[in-house]
Amino acid sequence: MAPLLEVENLNVKFALRFGELTAIDGVSFTLARREKLGLVGESGAGKSVTGFAIINLLSKPGYISGGKIIFQGQRLDNLSDEAMRDIRGNRISMIFQDPMMTLNPVLTIGVQMAETVLAHHKVSKAEAMAIALAKLKKVYIPSPEERLRQYPHECSGGMRQRIVIAIALLTDPALIIADEPTTALDVTIQADIMDLMVELCASEDMGLILITHDLAVVSQVTEKIAVMYAGKIIESGPTADIIHTPRHPYTQGLIQAIPGRSDAGRRLNQIPGMMPTLTDIPDGCAFHPRCDLAADVCQRETPLLRSADNENRLVACHRISLNN
Amino acid sequence: MFAFIVRRIIQAIVVMMIVGLIGFAVKNNIGDPVRDMVGERVSVAEREALRDKLGLNDPFVTQYFRFLKNALKGDLGISYFHNKPTIEVIAAKAPATLELVFATALIILLVSLPVGVYSAIFPKSWFSRITMGLSTIGVSVPVFLTAIVFIYIFGVELHWLPSYGRGETVDIYGWESGFFTIDGLLHLILPSIALSSIMLPLFIRLIRSEMMEVLETEYIKFAWAKGLHRKRIYMVHAFKNTLLPVVTVFGVEIGILFAFTILTETVFQWQGMGFMFLEAVERSDTALLVAYLVVVGAIFVVVNTVVDIIYGFINPMVRIAGTK
Repeated sequence: MAPLLEVENLNVKFALRFGELTAIDGVSFTLARREKLGLVGESGAGKSVTGFAIINLLSKPGYISGGKIIFQGQRLDNLSDEAMRDIRGNRISMIFQDPMMTLNPVLTIGVQMAETVLAHHKVSKAEAMAIALAKLKKVYIPSPEERLRQYPHECSGGMRQRIVIAIALLTDPALIIADEPTTALDVTIQADIMDLMVELCASEDMGLILITHDLAVVSQVTEKIAVMYAGKIIESGPTADIIHTPRHPYTQGLIQAIPGRSDAGRRLNQIPGMMPTLTDIPDGCAFHPRCDLAADVCQRETPLLRSADNENRLVACHRISLNN
Repeated sequence: MFAFIVRRIIQAIVVMMIVGLIGFAVKNNIGDPVRDMVGERVSVAEREALRDKLGLNDPFVTQYFRFLKNALKGDLGISYFHNKPTIEVIAAKAPATLELVFATALIILLVSLPVGVYSAIFPKSWFSRITMGLSTIGVSVPVFLTAIVFIYIFGVELHWLPSYGRGETVDIYGWESGFFTIDGLLHLILPSIALSSIMLPLFIRLIRSEMMEVLETEYIKFAWAKGLHRKRIYMVHAFKNTLLPVVTVFGVEIGILFAFTILTETVFQWQGMGFMFLEAVERSDTALLVAYLVVVGAIFVVVNTVVDIIYGFINPMVRIAGTK
């Protein structure tokens, strides 16, 4: 069976006055039906840009400069504006980071939900409201009838993110792209929201791309992980493999930086240095200035994504190739 | 909402009492009403007797409250030149000014909203660039110069439009209106365009920059991600949020328009309150000046209170704050 989503060699560039910057450089991955993928990396790695590129909603001056995005057998990257609009929020929904900012402050929740249904289906307003009510119940919102009449500021942050998730469910999408959906929430609510999303993916038959910097969250939620660094995927594979036997030095560093991994009272492990900005990505392997294992070849040649261990595991590191 | 309205009305009353205080202080300190009434030939003793009888020797506060009490009954003193109650003199002139300000406000709204919104959505189009350039010029040219240039071009040279007076008016229950005759409307064109020239560029710029800011927000991005139609995103999601600050500024600016009518009415020989005010200054008609001050202050306060209440209806967050 054809995969739900195939991203092939995706390139995204930003056209600026002084030239073009490459934000995404040859990113490829596939997602099967109902599969959950974690897109992991530090800020600026290109995770969110990848997410927005899939639904062709890159903020200007960003644009897709190459590659293919195939969703349910249909090319998305060259669709007309109107055809793409009807896919957005319909077959692919997106959940944003900060629920305090994603809902329009001057429209009631009911209006903001119903309009999404009306944008994609020929139904009456009353029917749209009924669908909205049903979805609010699905995300366990207390007194949902009342919520429909309320404005966003009358709800708490966790409640608002549930509402945003309910909006994402309105049109029964096949794929949800969640961009750091729990980062802006209290720790106690984070787990609730994550559990809710996992439950809904199973019950509603949806695929999920979870964009996050939090490996701990991904390890509990997704089946697959792709680690991004400076616009490239540098390691990908099944979640358990990546967490237990990370191969790329960067992934190893990320996993060691998870707070639970350090002994109590000791300093947390961290990766020295910072992610390079798009304007000065180093030659060769972009990670080499921060890498303990960097060899001469790392400064000269960009490592390619090759399979390691088995065909599901891909790693872009000269060290792995050298050792083999 | 009710509590909010009540609170705004109480605030308005307080402001009006302060305006009254200023008006009264001016009246109390400029000129001597006794001398105005009896001239130089009456003896000092008789003058004192008259002062006592008129209550002019009472303490300031007592006199102030008497002034307020009379003002509430619509008695703001007698115009010394017209030899009529000042309120009657003003009432006869008010329709001309109110109609001029109304027509001007209408022009500002009808032009600045579409132009501002358009140039926010398409900031790089030639239309937006030209508008922005013109608006810079518009802001910097004083209104009396615009008025004189208009009179020269359209009145003197082209003979297209009448350039002075109100033209033919219709009496509607004592309200002399120029809205219902072709001649009256033609006479309104030049003065209202000249008067609007000072605020129009400001509003176009305000609406444009507010709208551009709103278009960058997360909730607009989310609206795109929901797959809404372009028109709905611009006209409902963005426009409503753009309006909030614009409504507030509009309320204040309408008040300022009344101040600018003094210049415009003089240039166009428009028989309104502004024209009357300048005449009163020339004739040192203190009572009329003070009455003008209080009446314009009242108009200002009423307009602002109404605008604030309208604001409360558009912005759901104000309603909540008001009920506390």
